[in-house]
Amino acid sequence: MGMTMTQKILARAAGLPQTEDGQLIEGRLDLVLGNDITTPVAVTEFKKAGLSTVFDRDRIAIVLDHSTPCKDIKSAQLCAVCREFAREHAITHFYDVGQMGIEHALLPEKGLAAPGEVIIGADSHTCTYGALGAFSTGVGSTDMAAGMATGLAWFKVPSAIKVNLTGELGPYVSGKDVILHLIGMIGVDGALYQSLEFAGEGVASLEMDDRFTICNMAIEAGAKNGIFPVDGKTLEYLKGRVSRGFAAFEADPDARYTKEVTIDLSALRPTVAFPHLPSNTKTVDEAAGKAIQQVVIGSCTNGRLKDLREAAAVLRGRKVADGVRCIVIPATQQIYLDAMAEGLVADFINAGAVVSTPTCGPCLGGHMGVLSDNEWAISTTNRNFVGRMGPTSSMIILASPAVAAASAVTGMVTDPAAL
Amino acid sequence: MKIYKYGDNVDTDVIIPARYLNAPDEKSLASHCMEDIDENFASTVEAGDIVVGGANFGCGSSREHAPLAIKACGVKCVVAKSFARIFYRNAINIGFPILECPEAVDGISAGDSVSVNFQSGVIVNETTGASFQAAPFPEFVNGIIENGGLLKSLKARGVAK
Repeated sequence: MGMTMTQKILARAAGLPQTEDGQLIEGRLDLVLGNDITTPVAVTEFKKAGLSTVFDRDRIAIVLDHSTPCKDIKSAQLCAVCREFAREHAITHFYDVGQMGIEHALLPEKGLAAPGEVIIGADSHTCTYGALGAFSTGVGSTDMAAGMATGLAWFKVPSAIKVNLTGELGPYVSGKDVILHLIGMIGVDGALYQSLEFAGEGVASLEMDDRFTICNMAIEAGAKNGIFPVDGKTLEYLKGRVSRGFAAFEADPDARYTKEVTIDLSALRPTVAFPHLPSNTKTVDEAAGKAIQQVVIGSCTNGRLKDLREAAAVLRGRKVADGVRCIVIPATQQIYLDAMAEGLVADFINAGAVVSTPTCGPCLGGHMGVLSDNEWAISTTNRNFVGRMGPTSSMIILASPAVAAASAVTGMVTDPAAL
Repeated sequence: MKIYKYGDNVDTDVIIPARYLNAPDEKSLASHCMEDIDENFASTVEAGDIVVGGANFGCGSSREHAPLAIKACGVKCVVAKSFARIFYRNAINIGFPILECPEAVDGISAGDSVSVNFQSGVIVNETTGASFQAAPFPEFVNGIIENGGLLKSLKARGVAK
């Protein structure tokens, strides 16, 4: 029986020749991740269980990115718990303010994710590293604690949906539009317990930053992971970042899929998702004209350099509309530096946007852009659930950086091509 | 006991809003549980009550604070048509019972009296007399639940020290 990419990676991690749909396995972990919200709960469980040592201090990453720089006393106390644990166990990959970035942009940038690796993170968007041909998935704090102690995690081997990509993206269309379109097609539980395996000749045209965005939101379709095959672009990205050996896995020709869907990238329109589900999608043409008061450009979904370039290209020489607040958040310090070197930060500030230090802040209604009653935001983040960015009456439209930037200029949902 | 019944896609942001994640102690989490979907939940829920949800219960953020909050309220279990996978494993890992049973969800209304046998997976609506069979857990998962959660189970197996 043929295996999917995910099944091959899990078979290797479990030391088995073969895995199949639904099989429960225990796999060896290459990396265990936590952030400033989930790590303290893991530390509590770790201590409560009387555990004293970590399996490998080089294979744990703790990134203080959610409430940082700390928004209040309680958040500061949680960060202190993370700091103390990292110091006590001499955690190699501990990222505090000054070095930290948004975890799912930071880890690939630092070479902490590579093809064929098995990565768990106590953050649902850990599925991002599938863009590099890794198996990576979100878990909770107890899994993180167990992973830190043992280097192992239990998994139910997922069945898979194959997503065939054909054609090439047109102007002002990006990875965000691909994944929103897919979620709109299959629904927020369309890939529940399954992996989303991307394939087809359309893959080659997608930049790495687009692939990261696509895999990042696999969870928004309920998926356990999203994964891309490894190609020349992947290897180019890994050059200078990953020096250890890694293994790229291809799906067998006779791998089984529960379903196959095809997306013609050439035919995609800029796509947005209306409240309160990421599957509530419309094309920008259907959504155009809806007034917004805030724009957020950033997050683990869309805070990478390509995203900032696309937003800056729209905002350059234009102004953010009166009555609109536009918040731009480069996802890592390196992206921030690169954006400055390219003049993108100046473009944003000249347009009347603010540029923040890396943080998850507004995406989860934490800080740096919380909404008020009945306000509408257009945001490049990943969730538009009730109360996600503010009070339950506030509303979020999910969009690409180009659409979000164009909407900042007009104060309403706008197709960037129409400016 | 009371039934609290909700629809599809109850996400972890409404189970415990992110603004309360800075205080992850059980008492605080319980006091804000379900606040953004049902403002009366935290003040009226009592030990032994049951939460009934539709499809994809617990979707969204990986926050273990969500099953912790429901458990800390004294809720006996969650019965849903399906669970989002991270919530599913988090509940198992903390030893909080969840049952997947679409027929039971359709056959239970708010106000019904319901009993649950975790060993057999049988759910009985004592108000209507209807009985439902939830999907059984695999043996491996049962081992985690019976040991009181993942870490205790790993310690019992001698894997975690």
